[in-house]
Amino acid sequence: MSEIAGKLYTWVNARLPIANTFERHLSKHPVPSKVNFWYLFGALAAVTLIIQVVTGIWLIMPYSNTEEQAFSSIEYIMRDVDYGWVIRYMHTTGASLFFAVVYLHMFRGLLYGSYQKPKELVWIFGCTIYLAMMAEGFLGYVLPYGQMSYWGAQVIISLFGAIPYIGESLELWVRGDYYISGITVSRFFALHVVALPLVLIALVFLHLVALHEVGAGNPEGVDIEKYLDDDGVPLDSVPFFPYKVLNALIAIGVFMTVFSIIMFFFPEGGGYFIEMANFQEANPLVTPDHIAPVWYYAPFYTMLRAIPDPLGGLIVMAAAVAIFFVVPWLDRSKVASIRYKGIYSKIAITLFGVSFLTLGYLGTVGVTEVRKTMSIICTVIYFAYFLLMPLYTKFEKTYQVPERL
Amino acid sequence: MQDKDKTRRKVLIGLTSAVGLSGIPFAATPFIAAWNPSAKAKAAGAPVKLDVSKMQYGQQIQVSWRKQPVFIVRHTDNSLKSLDLSVSKLADPNSDQIEEPYRGLNLSRSKSPEYSVFSGVCTHLGCAPKYFPEIEPKPWDASWKGGFFCPCHGSMFDIVGRVFKGVPAPTNLLVPPHMFDGSILTIGEDREL
Repeated sequence: MSEIAGKLYTWVNARLPIANTFERHLSKHPVPSKVNFWYLFGALAAVTLIIQVVTGIWLIMPYSNTEEQAFSSIEYIMRDVDYGWVIRYMHTTGASLFFAVVYLHMFRGLLYGSYQKPKELVWIFGCTIYLAMMAEGFLGYVLPYGQMSYWGAQVIISLFGAIPYIGESLELWVRGDYYISGITVSRFFALHVVALPLVLIALVFLHLVALHEVGAGNPEGVDIEKYLDDDGVPLDSVPFFPYKVLNALIAIGVFMTVFSIIMFFFPEGGGYFIEMANFQEANPLVTPDHIAPVWYYAPFYTMLRAIPDPLGGLIVMAAAVAIFFVVPWLDRSKVASIRYKGIYSKIAITLFGVSFLTLGYLGTVGVTEVRKTMSIICTVIYFAYFLLMPLYTKFEKTYQVPERL
Repeated sequence: MQDKDKTRRKVLIGLTSAVGLSGIPFAATPFIAAWNPSAKAKAAGAPVKLDVSKMQYGQQIQVSWRKQPVFIVRHTDNSLKSLDLSVSKLADPNSDQIEEPYRGLNLSRSKSPEYSVFSGVCTHLGCAPKYFPEIEPKPWDASWKGGFFCPCHGSMFDIVGRVFKGVPAPTNLLVPPHMFDGSILTIGEDREL
């Protein structure tokens, strides 16, 4: 029996590079021997992506993408489909937690300089994944055709209208109707379940291929490629299996516990994961009293709202996302990790973190004069973190990075 | 290969690429055009008619045209006179910054002196402003003289849909094409009767 299996293995391997690829990218792939918990969120993001794909496929089956049926088909999933509620809440919880782990993953990148040469492309693919996720999340939120689906989409699609000259016809073209109708829902459905997942999976593939080419980083910012053993494997590395795999499994266990607690006990996340107004069917004639985005868009929504002019708001919001792409060229520091950067970098990243969280909070509450002023201040800090980076990283005193990990 | 042949090859590659690329817009046309409003969507966006003579004075109603709210307000002489009270608060009292179809015709901005007809879609980000006709202090304006307040981002408009200064909405509420045949109002169409 084992002889037949062995023969089959040899036969396949001569035709498809399975063993080689498996060893190179999984079992023997060298990873830094010392990392901390910040380095676990990439694996968690991958797990969440798989959850989203699987639950998504199951949700397509009972969902109906028409104006008349969309909302009631969600209720049908929740009430009549066996375990439909679990699958839907797994998908909605997964969406929020996907953003949560990706935000932490991105913050890790900023903390430890995970974008520095030669990891620029890894970072850029990552930023593109984030952009695709934002689009994917928005399109998905429209599909239940509840009040917040409708009015959220109304706000976002009107952003196109702020573009001079072509804005209004672009809006009409995106909607395919004079309002957000079944026509809009069904095209968003096609993009949400086919087009963008294809893009996302392709980008994740590129993100990983580029990462494996240049090698994973570590919280010390030590270049482990400097000291190699006789086989050309970095001395300060361990093979992916079993070291990294077992590490990740523990993280996945903890993550799944948190996931389950939210999914079973707080699926609406207090109105932050699924907004209360979305339990009402879309009504184009009545605006909910308070339109707030889901929490993961809130920081950018606050920036949009802080600028009185729609086009200006759109530009600021787009710039806030776009600026991530150029971080590898804004950081002029000799060292990668925050541990060896100077005091200015430490102050800057703290202020940035605080302003980002404050912007997030402000986006979920109503507008007052004080909050508006706070929004503007936080937006300025947010941009200052990036725009002043070439200065404070270049002129601050850094510490000596150790040779070995 | 001779230099002459290399040049010839370059020209041929260039020409073939140009001819090939010129096909892209043609091939893209059906994919882009399929996102335009379909014939069915256009038919559903046809004009709407209603009788406005049953409206109370000072009353505001909203009708749906292309599933968008259109506000109709029936004014009294007094309410039209009170428009002057808040004119100093307005950003664009004469609607100079927008396409105003019936500019200078009536104080109501519509084709009728008695009724205002304007879109109920806030010019900021498309929410529906709410009607607060009372002349009394409001949380958003201590000297409120009646008008519309947008609950989304706090934009304010007067009773004929003109925007206040210093609010997120950039322009006055838009007046859709409409016409009156006696008390029959048609929204979405304007032709000589």
